[in-house]
Amino acid sequence: MLSLQNIRKSFREPDGSTLPILDVPQFEVAAGQQMVLLGSSGSGKTTLLHIIAGISNPDAGTVEIDGLDITRLPEAGRDRFRAERIGYVFQTFNLLPAFTALENVLLGMTFSRGASDRGRATKLLQRVDVAHRASHKPSQLSVGEQQRVAVARALANRPSLMLADEPTANIGAAHQQQIVDLLRDTCREENVALVIVTHDPAVSSQFDRVENLEEINRVETSVEGRVSSVES
Amino acid sequence: MSLWKIAWRSIRQRALSSWLTGLSMALGVALVVIVLVIHSVISRSFGEAAQGYHLIVGARGGKLQLVMNTVFHLSQPIENLPWDFYKQFTEYQDQQGNRVRGKYAGAVKVAVPYCLGDSYQDFRVVGTTPDLFDKISYGAYDDGTPKMYKFAAGRNFRQHEFNGAVIGAFAARRTGLQLGDRFPITHGLADDENAHVHEEDLFDVLGILEPTGTPNDRAVFVNMEGFYLIGGHALVMEELEESGPADVPEDEPPTHGDEDPSDAPTAETHHAADHGQHQQPKIKPLSEDQREVTAVLLLLADDAYAMRLSKQIDKGRVAQAVFPSREVARLFEGLVGYVKSILLVLAILVIVVAGVSVMVSIYNSMNDRSREIGVMRALGAGRSTVMIVVLLESILLSLLGGAAGVLLGHGTMAVLSPIVLNMTGVTIHAFQFDLAELILIPALIVLATLAGYLPALTAYRTDVARALSAAP
Repeated sequence: MLSLQNIRKSFREPDGSTLPILDVPQFEVAAGQQMVLLGSSGSGKTTLLHIIAGISNPDAGTVEIDGLDITRLPEAGRDRFRAERIGYVFQTFNLLPAFTALENVLLGMTFSRGASDRGRATKLLQRVDVAHRASHKPSQLSVGEQQRVAVARALANRPSLMLADEPTANIGAAHQQQIVDLLRDTCREENVALVIVTHDPAVSSQFDRVENLEEINRVETSVEGRVSSVES
Repeated sequence: MSLWKIAWRSIRQRALSSWLTGLSMALGVALVVIVLVIHSVISRSFGEAAQGYHLIVGARGGKLQLVMNTVFHLSQPIENLPWDFYKQFTEYQDQQGNRVRGKYAGAVKVAVPYCLGDSYQDFRVVGTTPDLFDKISYGAYDDGTPKMYKFAAGRNFRQHEFNGAVIGAFAARRTGLQLGDRFPITHGLADDENAHVHEEDLFDVLGILEPTGTPNDRAVFVNMEGFYLIGGHALVMEELEESGPADVPEDEPPTHGDEDPSDAPTAETHHAADHGQHQQPKIKPLSEDQREVTAVLLLLADDAYAMRLSKQIDKGRVAQAVFPSREVARLFEGLVGYVKSILLVLAILVIVVAGVSVMVSIYNSMNDRSREIGVMRALGAGRSTVMIVVLLESILLSLLGGAAGVLLGHGTMAVLSPIVLNMTGVTIHAFQFDLAELILIPALIVLATLAGYLPALTAYRTDVARALSAAP
């Protein structure tokens, strides 16, 4: 369902020179497949996720999701596509502080269809075991609860692809496994393909398919922090 | 979830900053509302000041001055008109006792003479006839029904009650004059150094008017007959001490009006009326050749006569006729309209400054909110969506501040209303909304859109990848 062909991406340095980040000849994920993308800091993992999500456009190459090359869509089309077909879980959860847990889940629906399905949002919160905290704001939730709400929000629009960027990096060891289990279980239940970006071997060891970005990316990005200005 | 709600949550998230911004908008709008309310009060006061009659006739001179001293009880009175000229607006008896119709009487329904130049404390005294309160209105209700003078206490003086007086509502409150009180009037105006009080000629308070919202609230009205008999105005005939009640013909002064049958003294006013009648055996009316009037208010039989009669009077070289409503409108536009414009410009500038503060407040918050905007974009919100959210924030802040300002403005006027009433006699209807206030709504939306445009553009241009990469 996801097919990347000849993806290239570079950034312009302050001195005017270009800094190549990605040169990925091919990368594919099947429908409902769950995989881990490994990579050290500065290897271009987040940049690749942004390209897959349509947040950034590559300099060259195609990104096909369910047969549609999203690089050919105008920006507004990519926004709409992202809202409807892609779930995104951030390393820092990125719940909006002004909204309750339930409203954070509803927000995703607002941007995709303009109407919110409160029933589905509530069910998703029940599924991730934070329904009892639905009316609480992020600042009133524990770190684990916040990440659970973020997972529920990513699933709100029944995406076909879930992208999780270091989802366990900011939570304690006790909750890491719970989050990984939650992502895998909910994606399996909803038949959502899952791509988890991590550099944690404890996470990657649980997946059948593990790809190392440094192996599929032709650009040499071994220097730590080389593109830190654009990566989390 | 609507974009309005998203905008509202963002406003609440920055509660203190939003509150202060809304307050500055509220103060600006309150200022505009106060200007509009005050203007409306002054406008109504001016508009109603000269209603109920068509023309004012006075000696030739400044038209504005004639209006100022007959309608507003201000400025120095102009020269007087001969009594014979006044009679031309009435039916009267000639020396042979025949009824004669004055030259202009056919066009006139009621002619009310005004004799000016005296005062009581700070208030002008008007010598006039009972017709002023019986036959002339002081305005009209919305349905066109004329507003007739009403008495808060007592009644109108009658023609034969030479020393009868009626006090305007505000003048009564400020002077403390009450029903049954007797008071002297001053020959000359309060600021005239030659003014002197006629202690021996006392007038009896027979009635106190209900507030009218016109300058007449600030005047003291006395029977013209008594006014003439005060020293300095004319001679008092002492020799008729034994001739019984004053020899006043029922149609003197000559008007179309008949004696009001309700003139019989009531129990309530009997005492006061006695004072007026007490002196009558000693005096008789001033002879016509010694009389003058300062002005004549004319209520015409038909509106259509006004222009023709005015031209005829002006042609005669004795007097001038002015359309009071026209002069008042000219005065209003020339004076009050100008001041209103200045105040409105200042108030609008305050609102514009408040709009700038809305812009600064939201713009300053954009740096902190770039990550939130990035998250919204990552969740699928388009550039235009986040731009609209920021614009809605600006509009909500401005409209809520504006609504608070409208309430604050009217509330302030409600608090000030009794103070203003006590100091000036002007009644302020604090919660009477001006139609111009409706313009505030679209005006605030336009202002808010302009104020929100720059921060909204910042939101529109947010680089999502960079915003998401920023430290939380």
